[in-house]
Amino acid sequence: MELQILHSKNKSKMCALQRLSSATTVRDIKELFHKQNPKFYPSRQSYRLEPRSKSLKDSDTLGSLDLSSDGVLYFKDLGTQLGWSTVFYFEYAGPLVLYLMFYSRLPFIYGEEYAYKPSSADVVKIAAVCHTVHYAKRLLETKFVHRFSHGTMPIRNLFKNCSYYWTFAAWLAYFINHPLYTLPMYGDVQVDMALGCFIFCELGNLFIHLALKNLRAPGSTERKIPLPTKNPFTLLFALVSCPNYTYEVGAWVSFAVMTQSLVGLLFASVGFMQMAVWALGKHRSYHKEFRQYPRSRKAIIPFIL
Amino acid sequence: MSSNAKKTNPVAQAWLILYNVAMTAGWSVIGIGIVNHFIKHGTNKGLYHQVERQLLFFQTSAILEILHAIVGLVRSNAIFTFLQVFSRVCIVWAVIWPVVEVQDNIGVPMLLIAWTITEIIRYLFYTFILLGITPRFILWLRYTLFIILYPLGVTGETLTIYNSLEPVRESGLYSIRLPNVFNFALDYHIVLMCTFPIYLIFFPQLYCHMFAQRKKALKGDSSSEKKSN
Repeated sequence: MELQILHSKNKSKMCALQRLSSATTVRDIKELFHKQNPKFYPSRQSYRLEPRSKSLKDSDTLGSLDLSSDGVLYFKDLGTQLGWSTVFYFEYAGPLVLYLMFYSRLPFIYGEEYAYKPSSADVVKIAAVCHTVHYAKRLLETKFVHRFSHGTMPIRNLFKNCSYYWTFAAWLAYFINHPLYTLPMYGDVQVDMALGCFIFCELGNLFIHLALKNLRAPGSTERKIPLPTKNPFTLLFALVSCPNYTYEVGAWVSFAVMTQSLVGLLFASVGFMQMAVWALGKHRSYHKEFRQYPRSRKAIIPFIL
Repeated sequence: MSSNAKKTNPVAQAWLILYNVAMTAGWSVIGIGIVNHFIKHGTNKGLYHQVERQLLFFQTSAILEILHAIVGLVRSNAIFTFLQVFSRVCIVWAVIWPVVEVQDNIGVPMLLIAWTITEIIRYLFYTFILLGITPRFILWLRYTLFIILYPLGVTGETLTIYNSLEPVRESGLYSIRLPNVFNFALDYHIVLMCTFPIYLIFFPQLYCHMFAQRKKALKGDSSSEKKSN
């Protein structure tokens, strides 16, 4: 069997692949193509049956595809790809460092007068610890907990994601560490209760990530429905498909209440909208994959969404 | 845009015709106002004041176009329509209207002339399409005049924003200052400055987009005429 690879944009011939069988997968084609075109490593390539149709899966075999008689596949260049963890390190290291720059009041931020004199308010110190711990946790999770199954993303995502996280962190930190910062209205009660909720949500988020990691044995591809484990924090799995997002939103709302920051609330809201979209997607794919998926479960907010 | 109105619902059809006729008329009134003012006074001084009420009313009424797109009355992209209308409504309500100092500035007549001609032709075009007529001349105007009017309008808009910077900085208009219980501050002067890079990024793209549209619209029209012959 022979296959012509055409460019999806101008339909020019990229290369021809010979001696293929019906068991050849799209993944194999990517490898073969890479040998002929060293610039396009496999994760940069995408194939489709028509110039504008859906991208084929790596696991699709030629036999299973509805190939035209002349055997044509359309190639699309996805652009420079980066591993998920690389993008995550940049995304999370930025806010961690930026926040502490504002906390220590570098001279160019609030002026020489306040240089290197962090606020004496307890809530400002607590907030700095919370923010730092949050992003340190995310960095450590990226290193030790999350499993990225060969996933890559285009390099422009790095710029997009970093500008989102870095700008928000700077904006948030600017007001909380400002010399004219106004203390929370209800004083210590507000700070302590919100801090309690923040810690609870951070722990919950961590335990959910661990539970998801332990759901699958390393190297196995078997898919399972996530269920509550012995850890009580994972009980939320009984109510929602993505409790990690529920806890994440909870943590940011707590942070905003604790510091009484409007930007904090804005960050929590924008984050919630994005996570709700992801959660609904994941929720749908669970339903598609498992017929016996619990009906009572929602996507991100128990009983509601 | 409105040209793609669903033909199935007569109420929707009637509403869209009414809307587009009213908008054509409204912008024509503004156009007459501008011409009158220039004939009478020979200067743009006081021009904004002369057409202010009609301008505010009809420019704000364009928000209905976003609604039309959202509920599916017309097939145009809701986000694209939103961005177009939103930027204009902001210029009118958030810059020219509150900043009195900028109203007699040269930027204002520039954008007024560009907007008025564009809108009269655009709404007239939609009206004809809704009535089932494709007027070749108006189609040609719609996809040709923008070549001059679009840069003229954008120049007027950026000039207006630029000239409002100083008055806004001095008066502290719409600015929120620390300390306050929300721990939030906003400097409207800086917000206005942020619009310049946005214009710089989007103007070339939209201008090129319009040329592509022009090619499509004018080509499509001549081929359909050949068929009808």
